Amino acid sequence: MVPTSYYLVLSAVLFGLGVVAFVFKRNIITVFMSIELMLNAVNLAFVAFSRALGQLQGQVFVFFVIVVAAAEAAVGLAIIIVIARNRGTLDVERVDSLKH
Amino acid sequence: MTPQMAVFLILAAVTVAGAVSLILQRHPIHSALSLIVVMVALAGLYLLQGAEFIAAVQIIVYGGAIMVLFIFVIMLLNAGEEERTNLSRMARFVGVPLGMVFLLEVAYWIARATSHMTQSSSQAVSTRDLSTLLFREYVFPFELTSFLILIALLGALVLARREDSD
Repeated sequence: MVPTSYYLVLSAVLFGLGVVAFVFKRNIITVFMSIELMLNAVNLAFVAFSRALGQLQGQVFVFFVIVVAAAEAAVGLAIIIVIARNRGTLDVERVDSLKH
Repeated sequence: MTPQMAVFLILAAVTVAGAVSLILQRHPIHSALSLIVVMVALAGLYLLQGAEFIAAVQIIVYGGAIMVLFIFVIMLLNAGEEERTNLSRMARFVGVPLGMVFLLEVAYWIARATSHMTQSSSQAVSTRDLSTLLFREYVFPFELTSFLILIALLGALVLARREDSD
């Protein structure tokens, strides 16, 4: 049997890598993909706990997380398309007109 | 080394390799493909824990719909390679070792806190039980997510529409 802590450590590692990608990448689409990576890491933790505690609520919540991630991806990508159309750039460092 | 532990180590290595590749690749299309690898490996991990329905949903919805949407947008916006920017010295020499230390500490405390939890057998969870729970106790959030999808659909349509100048 694989202990639960192995899955949780893997989930923490994936979440940390998602945060690193979120902070350091400059293309806005890659930043958005790092958000999806973080959501997947959380899903893994949910499934691990659902298996360890013998309850199915964890997997129900994973289902909802996947649905919400799909809706968020659709709207977020539409926003990215609008930004690319209006600013002409996909670089997060250059979309700074609100900056002082 | 039981077969399950071997499969877990292989899938975990593939997952971490995909996530690191997402960070290291310069072109967003390569990052998207790395993320697809991560998602398929995660579906394998869900199968290893007996969550058949979630594994299928992960591949169909995440890998087959969301990532395809990402790749479409990368293609439509003609995203190019990022310029190579080097990490600052602080990030390279202080950040990376501190990050490793933090990761080891998190792993230690997780292992200590959940040492009493052992995985029950990898017996498959029946989809019938999952759907009973979903449609009896959680039917209200389920209907709310259908509204959420409708609103997201309308929002994406309105946002990405070209303005016609009348």
